[in-house]
Parts: sequence; structure tokens; C-alpha cells
Amino acid sequence: MGPRLPSMLKDAGLTAFVAAALGIFIVGFRTYDVSGKGLTFDYQFTDLAIAVATIFVGRLGLLLAAEGLRWPALVLGAVLGGIGAGPLALPSDFLHWFMALGGLLIIGRALWPWARQRMSTAQHSRRGLLLGRAGAKWFGWILIAGAVALPFAPFADQKTMDLSVLILTYIMLGWGLNIVVGLAGLLDLGYVAFYAVGAYTYALLSTELGLGFWIILPLAGMMAASFGILLGFPVLRLRGDYLAIVTLGFGEIIRLVLINWVDLTHGPDGIRSIPGPTLFGAVFAETAPAGHQTFSEMMGLPFSANQRLIFLYYIILVLALATNLFTQRLRRLPVGRAWEALREDETACRALGINPTSTKLTAFAIGAMFAGIAGSFFAAKQRFISPESFVFIESAIILAIVVLGGMGSQIGVVLASVLLIGLPEWFRELGSYRMLAFGLAMVLIMVFRPRGLISHREPSLRLHPVRPGGDG
Amino acid sequence: MAYFSQQLINAVTLGAIYGLIAIGYTMVYGIIGMINFAHGEVFMIGAFISLIGFMICSTLGIGSAPVAIILVLFMSMVFTAVYGWSIERLAYRPLRGSFKLAPLISAIGVSIVLQNYVQLAQGARFKPGGRIVEGGFNLFTADGFDVRVSWLQIVIVIVTVVLMAGFSLMIARTPLGRKQRACEQDMKMASLLGVDVDRTISLTFVMGAALAAVAGMLFLMYYGIIDFFIGFLAGIKAFTAAVLGGIGSLPGAMLGGLLIGVIEVFWAGYFSSEYKDVAAFSILILVLIFRPSGLLGKPEIEKV
Repeated sequence: MGPRLPSMLKDAGLTAFVAAALGIFIVGFRTYDVSGKGLTFDYQFTDLAIAVATIFVGRLGLLLAAEGLRWPALVLGAVLGGIGAGPLALPSDFLHWFMALGGLLIIGRALWPWARQRMSTAQHSRRGLLLGRAGAKWFGWILIAGAVALPFAPFADQKTMDLSVLILTYIMLGWGLNIVVGLAGLLDLGYVAFYAVGAYTYALLSTELGLGFWIILPLAGMMAASFGILLGFPVLRLRGDYLAIVTLGFGEIIRLVLINWVDLTHGPDGIRSIPGPTLFGAVFAETAPAGHQTFSEMMGLPFSANQRLIFLYYIILVLALATNLFTQRLRRLPVGRAWEALREDETACRALGINPTSTKLTAFAIGAMFAGIAGSFFAAKQRFISPESFVFIESAIILAIVVLGGMGSQIGVVLASVLLIGLPEWFRELGSYRMLAFGLAMVLIMVFRPRGLISHREPSLRLHPVRPGGDG
Repeated sequence: MAYFSQQLINAVTLGAIYGLIAIGYTMVYGIIGMINFAHGEVFMIGAFISLIGFMICSTLGIGSAPVAIILVLFMSMVFTAVYGWSIERLAYRPLRGSFKLAPLISAIGVSIVLQNYVQLAQGARFKPGGRIVEGGFNLFTADGFDVRVSWLQIVIVIVTVVLMAGFSLMIARTPLGRKQRACEQDMKMASLLGVDVDRTISLTFVMGAALAAVAGMLFLMYYGIIDFFIGFLAGIKAFTAAVLGGIGSLPGAMLGGLLIGVIEVFWAGYFSSEYKDVAAFSILILVLIFRPSGLLGKPEIEKV
């Protein structure tokens, strides 16, 4: 390490200095209310000092690892991780996490070149190639089989089923947004607006007109799609980033209208006691309203609250799979190919006679339609909706799922939903750091893996079919 | 007439704050063609640093308002500028040459990170503070309605005008401004001619963040209350201002800021305050549809 060490120390010192400058006010002084006396603050300089020291060591470790000095980096990482995860009492939980994760990061960075080399040799061996190809072919089917069997698994209690329904909802939204962002390359920051349109369509039609779930579902999809066309028609001529901001504005307008149009939407109070979905007219409740029967009566089963959840689970599973199937089919049609072509080069497409506006419009409308259907399911599941559920951050979460999964990758959306929605729900104590991690993940993915977790994407079209055993 | 004049005075004050934030959007867009979605959050950080600065001043026993304002102004500008620099260095610079939408997605991530960082470090509740300039005077009375101008409104307008004038001079006259304009026109050519492009872009972010910090301080003093979420709406309105004035154009940002201030205040004053944010968003959409180059901007030419 010899001559490079002083410059590394200097670099790490500078990083720590900048971190101290960033943190000195926001972290160093914590403001809080004292009743009657107004605002006052505490000093938190110990926390700040520990965080800055961690950043210094972390930066040094990463630099060492980048220079290929594996052992010193590993030692630093182990020390940092050990302090973080160890019994030593630090001023806050956050610092424990910060140091432990910092240590892991250094160790990961130090082992990365070695792991990557092993991976690539394994991948390129004959066995690895065959396994990889079989995996790519069967992985999706295995996932679907697992998803279908899940309600009958021994660990499928109410909490697990609730969470699975939630994850599947986000998978469906992610697949819907994938059409817009991943395939057509249109950054939509107001996707949650269409979700809201679907949810309110279901809530209003079912409570005011008494229509059933299965009739409203397509209506909600069409309603959201027409909103998509209405919005898309004037704005789709705009450049990518302008379009993003306009869709964001549209999402906020919808939310503000939902809050302020009290006569129709009950404003911030939301809509209550929305009826749930039925199966051939049977309701999922302990007692049925007049003229209906309950599911347990129809099937001659004892009543259990789980039946409703399992029913909801299968509905959203079917809806999500339908979204996926629809997308996969569309990708092979001329319009699907036109989407991907437009994403790559709009000018060239125009030169080839593709009408960019109408092509984008179909993507926008179809994406919106799936959001509307998902929204309608959401309203039927929650039985209560309010504008609170449709804030910008929801759009950002769905976008994060698509981006993290790898834009255009269907299986990536599944992985990202499990990662982003499932993990924080399982580890409740991480709750308040969840959004922080979301934001960080979005930045890091863009910086290090802009094509997402699943960066390999099957081409929609091949000039020559793949030869067995060849390199494809 | 009196009501109108009062609204106009309030509108100009608000417009000055939006204009200061809008400059940050417009400069960054001008030089690297990206929407710095996190700029609203930088403004929020500036407001928080100012809040804490004012509290430190009162702890240290600095009672004179002008001294406190100048101290806090300086402090907030410097430390918020560090945020601007770090964001560019960590989240945007590695993305140059990546696909088109990458910087915007990264900026959304930065924005989420900053909001939650401040929420975690400072708590989610509203923070009152910064009310150190009190009082004002009656301009005139008509129809039994007093038209008041507060000292604070005068401070806000003076600070804004001085900063904007200084800033325009800097862009027009100094070597740094020349470099910036060169990078704006042709980044590759500028770098071939010995302009340090990375450094110029960094400095652009630093200046934008410093101006956003001033806006944050003025916002805090004007409303007397902030929370971690103020950056979102203020950021979008300032962005609307930048687009309305013509993105990339400095006088445009100031004009756009004023117009957005006027529209918002008059909408709330004459129609309904519930829909004032809808008005701002609708203007953004209308301008982008009908005049995407804004009032003072040059139309963009697509080159193949």
C-alpha cells in the first residue's frame, strides 16, 4: 500500500469533512417542542462524531478494496461491522445499523472481484449454461406454481396472506407501469392517479348504484384508460422529462380534486363500507344480506375469516397474471414493437412512419387501465378509501419497483416488489427507515446498475432461433 | 382597489421567494439539461439550517435582527451549498452519459432520501421559528381597508433584488459566468478549449443551492413555520415558474416566479384557497402544452 496510503487518507479525510459539514446542523442540533416554551434544541455531537468517524473508516475501506488490497479492507470492514452489531452501546439504534451496514458494504466490496470471477466461470461452464437456460425457462412457472399453492402452505396465516395480497397488488401495478416506463420509455410520475380513478370508480358505483365487483372491474379499467387518453392526448408530444413533471402535476390535481370535491367523494373523510367482491353471488362474511348467501353456506364449510383473504388472494393473482400475459402478448404485436422502438429512438421511428403520439397513447391508456383495475381491487379489499392512499410517494414506490427490477423486465418487478414491499413489512422496526432505503436504492441502482437487478432481457424478436447449446 | 393592492404586495413577496428557487432549476437545466427534482428539498434543508441558525443566534444572545439575519444568511448559504455540491457529486455526475431518464430517477431518489433524512433527524412535526422581523407600516387606507407593508416584506424584496442583480452580473461579467455560458452552449467544445466542465457544473449546483438556502430563510421568516415536506410543493411551484419564464433563462425565472406568486395569491384571494395548488399545477400543464419554451425562452431545435 505504501505510497498510495497518504492520498487515500487524504481522500477519506475530505469525505469525512464534507459529511461533517452536511450533518453539523441537521444532525448536530435536534429541535423539539417544549410545551409552552416553544422550540428548543439538544446537542447531538457524539452521534455526529461517530457517524463521521464511520464514514472516514468506510471510505478508507472502500478505497483499499478498490486498490485490490483485500485483507486490510476486510479487517476494516470486520471491525466496523463488529462494533455496529456488537454489544457496545452506541447513542442510537441508527448508528448500530449504520456501522453494521457500512462494515458489510466494505466486506462486500472487497470480495466483489473474487465473487464476480467465480460467478462468471460458473456461468460459462457447460453445466452453468444449461442450468441458466433451464432456469430462465422454468423459473417463472415455478414461481406461479408456488403462488397458487401458497394459501395451503402450513405457514400461511392471516398476516402472511395479507402481505401476499399487498405484494401482488404492487406486482400488478409494477407490471402495469412497466408497459409505460419499461416498454414505451415514458416516465410517468402520476401513475397513482389512475389507481385512484379505479378505486373511486368502484367505491362510488358500488355504494351509490349497488353494482357488483365483477361488473365494475372492467368499467373501472375503461374509466382509468379514458382518463389516460384524456391526459395523454395533449401531453404526449412533450419531451421525456417534461412529460414526467406533467404527469406528476396531473396526479396531484386528481388528489386535490378528490380532497376538495366533498359532494362526490366525501373529501378527506373518504368512502366507507364499500362492499367486497362476491363469488357467483356469494358474499364473504359471517351473515349474508337479504337475498344473498354466504360463501360458507354455499360450499357447506364452517365460516372462517381466512376464506375471504384467500379469495382476495386468488383474485389479485389472476388479475396480475392476466396483466403479465397481456403484456407479453402485446410485446410481440406490431404495437408492442413500436413501443420499444420509440423508447430507443423517436426520430428514427417517425422517419419509419410510426405515429409517435398514437403509439404512446396506447401504452399510456393500457398502463392506466391496469392501474384502474388494481385500484378497483384495492377499494374492494380495503372497504375504505380516502385521498390519503393516493399520494405522490405511492407513484414513487411503484416507479422504484419498476426501476429496481430493471425496466422492461417482468420477473424483475416480482423480485423488486418482494424486496421493497415484503421486507419492510416483515421487519417492522425498519419502518421509519423504509423510505430512506427506497430513495437510496433508486440512486444506487441508477449509479451502479442502471438496467436494474435483472438486467438481462429476452429480446422481443430474434433474427435466428436460438441453437441448442450455442451462445444465443 | 385597496384589497387588490394588498394582494399585489403579498404576491410580489411570495413571487420573490419562488423566483430565487426557480433560478436553481433554470441554471441546472440550462447547463446539463436535467430537471433537478431534489432542488425543492435543498430549499427545505436551507430553511431548516436557517431555523437552527436563528435558534443558535438567540442562544448566543445576538439580539440585533440585522446581525442575526446576515449571520444566518451566510451560514445557511454555505452549508446548503455543501448539500448542492454533494448531491451533484454523488447522484448526478456518475450518470452523465447514462440513458435519458436516469438523472431524473436518481433525483427523485435524492429527494426521497433528503425528506426522510430531515424527518428522521428533526422529527415530523411543524417547527415554528424565525419570526425576528416584526411590524410594518400602513401604506394607505382606502374604502376602510388598510394596505399594510411589513418590514419583513421589504427585507425579502431587497434581499432578492440584490442577490438577483449580483447574480446576473456574475453570469454576464465574470470568468465563471463565461465558463457557464460556454458549457451551456457546447459542453464538448468548452472542454476542448480548456474549461473545466466538471468544476463549472459543480459550481452551478453550489450557486443554485445557495440561492435556494436564501429562499428557505426568507420562507421561514415569512411564514414562521416549516416542516420536512415544504420542499415538495415549493419545488414544483418554482419549477413551474422556471418553465413559465422559459427554462434556461435567468430573467425568465424571475419573471416566472413573480407570475406564479401573483397567480397563487390572487387565486386564493378572489376564488378559493382550496384550489390554489390546482391552479399552479394547471398552469404548469398548460404552459408545457401550449408554449413549452416559456415566455422568454428560446424554442428548442431537435437535432439528429
